[in-house]
Amino acid sequence: MSERLPVRKTYKLFIGGEFPRSESGRTYLARGQNVARASRKDLREAVRAARGAFGKWSGATAYNRGQVVYRIAEMMESRRAELAASCAGDEEVSTAIDRIVWYAGWADKLAQALGSANPVAGPYFNFTIPEPTGVVGILAPEEPALDGLVARVAPAIVGGNTVVVVASEAQPLAAVELAEALATSDVPGGVVNVLTGQKVELAPWLASHMDVNAIDLAGADGLAGELERAAAENVKRVVRSGGGQSLWEISAFLELKTVWHPIGV
Amino acid sequence: MGPPRCRGRFPRPTFRARRLSRPSPRPVSEIEKKRGRAPVPAGWDYAPAPESRDVVSLRERYGLFVGGEFVAPRSESWYSTISPATEEPLAEVAEAGAEDVAAAVAAARGAFENGWSSIRAADRAKYLFRIARILQERSREFAVLESLNGGKPIKESRDVDVPLAAAHFFYYAGWADKLEYAFPNRRPRPLGVAGQIIPWNFPLLMLAWKIAPALAAGNTVVLKPAETTPLTALLFCEVVRQAELPAGVVNIVTGDGRAGAALVESEVDKIAFTGSTEVGKAIQRRLAGTGKHLTLELGGKAANIVFDDAALDQAVEGIVNGIYFNQGHVCCAGSRLLVQESIAEPLVDKLKRRLRTLRVGDPLDKNTDVGAINSRPQLEKIRELVAAGEAEGAEIYQPPCRLPERGYWFAPTVFTNVAQSYRIAQEEIFGPVLSVLTFRTPDEALEKANNTPYGLSAGVWTEKGSRILWMAERLRAGVVWANTFNRFDPSSPFGGYKESGFGREGGLHGLEPYLAFEGAETFGG
Repeated sequence: MSERLPVRKTYKLFIGGEFPRSESGRTYLARGQNVARASRKDLREAVRAARGAFGKWSGATAYNRGQVVYRIAEMMESRRAELAASCAGDEEVSTAIDRIVWYAGWADKLAQALGSANPVAGPYFNFTIPEPTGVVGILAPEEPALDGLVARVAPAIVGGNTVVVVASEAQPLAAVELAEALATSDVPGGVVNVLTGQKVELAPWLASHMDVNAIDLAGADGLAGELERAAAENVKRVVRSGGGQSLWEISAFLELKTVWHPIGV
Repeated sequence: MGPPRCRGRFPRPTFRARRLSRPSPRPVSEIEKKRGRAPVPAGWDYAPAPESRDVVSLRERYGLFVGGEFVAPRSESWYSTISPATEEPLAEVAEAGAEDVAAAVAAARGAFENGWSSIRAADRAKYLFRIARILQERSREFAVLESLNGGKPIKESRDVDVPLAAAHFFYYAGWADKLEYAFPNRRPRPLGVAGQIIPWNFPLLMLAWKIAPALAAGNTVVLKPAETTPLTALLFCEVVRQAELPAGVVNIVTGDGRAGAALVESEVDKIAFTGSTEVGKAIQRRLAGTGKHLTLELGGKAANIVFDDAALDQAVEGIVNGIYFNQGHVCCAGSRLLVQESIAEPLVDKLKRRLRTLRVGDPLDKNTDVGAINSRPQLEKIRELVAAGEAEGAEIYQPPCRLPERGYWFAPTVFTNVAQSYRIAQEEIFGPVLSVLTFRTPDEALEKANNTPYGLSAGVWTEKGSRILWMAERLRAGVVWANTFNRFDPSSPFGGYKESGFGREGGLHGLEPYLAFEGAETFGG
């Protein structure tokens, strides 16, 4: 006769393909749900996981990366209901999934679109190819809770980078739902790491971490100036995207390498 | 001592291995005879490892695939398609007549105008991703059917043809909604309806090379598979339906050269042809002045060039792969070996030794290296050119082989003492026949390599990087493989110089022939 008593879920961190609680034991309430509140130590663990995963992810063939990213879309498609409940709704979920599909298609085209054979004035074969920069720190925008996050993560990983994301503080559930979809996809553990918690606490540690190669300030809001200064410590690439979906969102996280070889009999 | 046999297993219905009928234990003299057979370990015979045919379920009869449905041909004409390894009939397929081709083109035109060209590019991409996924999931079925209908070893269809075909769809799916990046500032638009004619050597792969970029660019297609290898194209129609591709976007018309000619004459906006140089020229003549776009991927007589500092064993593998892969039915086959004089003898010795280990046999046996020749006419052509080679004075070597009576077979062959002017050095044989020539200097190698009407591919074997790049710069070929051979990838543009054709397939370059751009229009060449 009485209503069924629901089982309460704590939304945990996503680090190295696993879902640990914060080492600090802290949580906070977001939209009525209990969410882990990451600490500096958790962030350091996440960067370690991302660095550890970088070799294999960047070493995979572009074709393989494309297929793995496409699989994320497959997993999201089957989780539409949960994702929609965690963000603004169905339409946002559709946009996010289609965005993943769009970026997946770029994996095996970046070398042609961004690379070149360069006509140097001498008997050398000279070519330029794009390569991933390494571990990318991302401050996800507060909104849209799901699509905003996807719009920053997808271009980073399709180029071969691994990421540490600080999710939207007010609406973190979408990020964790996405992490659960990632955990059941073919994305290797550590390629995407998601930290929920207080942005003002976590962001400065991410921006000053010496083993992070680039920082995306999409969700930085008022902190941007201070974070840019901290990023200078190890000359991080600082990405301030105007939003949108393009090849240039991907190239912001790529390095360019040029190779020479003499030509002669 | 009896002639040693070409090691391999032949299709059971027509051939019984001698061993099966002999009682054991064997007489001692037989064992001694076996041990006398050098160089492979005596008595090391492979057990049969047949791939099961059960995964394929063939219909008795296949109509034409027009407007999303299988339809009977208006020509009311059918023909039987066979397995070239056993000559057994596999199914009946339709013989498309001019009216059938016209109906297919009309269906493609309707699909183009009433939807495909105007649906969101992101949705075009999704259809292509679906097709790629389904091909991957049904890969076993396609591999077995390809080997059954075409004669190539199951190792190849399973490990090369089918995975690459799926990869082409996956690759081009990603371009469908990114064309403005591939051609910045050129405002690309689809051409409309593309007529596509493909050969019998890589039936499914050639279908993927044609259909994937065409659809990604927003066109609709009418594709005519080769006469002898229609079945994987017809199975592909099931994939098209599974993916729920809108009706009329892909149409398949089976038939012989006449159906191809009808397609060339029809109301298409573009023709893409892969096949012989002779037919390619005929098509180019026919389309001259019509304004129809054209790309041609024709024959080749590639030189595989080995320098004295090459890694010899690796080079031997590359040479063998270059000419015996797919029975030499490869437009970019390394059908000429140009070897530097100082290492010619040791290299040819190693090569002959390697030939003795090649397994000619049942295409569906997983141990088979060299399968069946695709058809009787092709077998006759190979025999004719090999006879010409002997008549002109080249020295022939074939590992001793016992080939079954049924089916079309040719033993791997190598000619030495070949002069540049011999027919076997100039004409494309399209069979497992290698012609060996020598050279002394890099200049001479280049001169000989470039001295054919063709220009599709070339191979260079040397450990010196600068020499690789120097040769690559000067070889007149669309694809140069250095210290490797026969590598293909959907992102890597493929196509020929000179009479090997024009236009490229693969990479963003493979999209261009299927698009119209604002500004100058280009037709063929």
